Amino acid sequence: MSYFLLAVLVMTAVTYFTRAVPFLFFAKRQPPSLLGFLQKYMPPVVMAILVFASYKDIDYGAAPFGIPALVAGATTAVLHFWKRNVLLSIVGGTALYMALIRIL
Amino acid sequence: MQDTHFRSGREWHLVLPAAFRASIPVLLGYTTLGLAFGLTLVAAGLPWWLSPVMAVFIFAGAAQFMAVGLLQSGAGLFEIALLTLLLNGRHAVYGLSLLGPFRSAGKWKPYLIFGLTDETYGLLTTVKAPPQVDETKFFAAVTALNQSYWVIGCTAGSLVGSALTLDTAGLDFALTALFIVLLVEQVRAVKQWGPYLAAASACAVALFVSPRNFLLVALAVATGVLALLRGKIEQSAGAPRHDSGGGA
Repeated sequence: MSYFLLAVLVMTAVTYFTRAVPFLFFAKRQPPSLLGFLQKYMPPVVMAILVFASYKDIDYGAAPFGIPALVAGATTAVLHFWKRNVLLSIVGGTALYMALIRIL
Repeated sequence: MQDTHFRSGREWHLVLPAAFRASIPVLLGYTTLGLAFGLTLVAAGLPWWLSPVMAVFIFAGAAQFMAVGLLQSGAGLFEIALLTLLLNGRHAVYGLSLLGPFRSAGKWKPYLIFGLTDETYGLLTTVKAPPQVDETKFFAAVTALNQSYWVIGCTAGSLVGSALTLDTAGLDFALTALFIVLLVEQVRAVKQWGPYLAAASACAVALFVSPRNFLLVALAVATGVLALLRGKIEQSAGAPRHDSGGGA
């Protein structure tokens, strides 16, 4: 019991620390101009990496060959470029994925 | 200005529906992923209450899943701390994009920092608050809604998950779809090849160097590559400089 609680405490502290690092580091000093640049251009980089990460553990060599995720992902992107309705894109892509993993 | 009282009282009525709309994809993803987490935790023989406790205090999906195995095998606290640091080190990059927006967050700042998951980061950096409302309140509402979905999912999973007969397989694709939608929004806003080149090269390096710490390595490398490309990116951003008005 106390082992579990201590572990949660440790993980809480470490996780909060990782999220707070930039705020602690730049609390007093002025952020260099490089940060203004990163602030603007990091979000697209992070999103691209997170999308890639969602796809990297799929087994493309076996059974559905990653087709459900690839087709549903492409559909989500096309829907969003076309209609630009967040809910439509996400619900449409997810519904298609759920259907494909049951069919294929 | 003239009726601050009235406005601040009414503001949440504007903030909450907007924040809820923005967070619906996370609602789908977090509740199902939370259910899976609760189930996994109980199946591993750990006490059910650990699931909601972790969701409230840690609020980090990947780290919580990792912890199940560690706690089951009775891993040492130092090992748990080190692995959590490696797994969540990527979050340190996220704050860099939010130093400015969080500067005026006041009493909400510690909570906004606490709630900086991958998905919350994506929403806060891409979705704009409605024009009449305070950005901090919108941020706080999105973060709190996201966490509430996670807490509900984790709690339900550990309590009744095994009794659930509903077939939710694949619903967690909503989080992948969310990242795709946010990426499309970013592509519309940032018409530059530099950031995507940085992302692609970082992914390749991370796959090669350490697939197990993929996100940490990829984000670190990408930050470095992006910094190296700074001159070129700012040069080509300075040329048209019209920003096409869209403002995403």
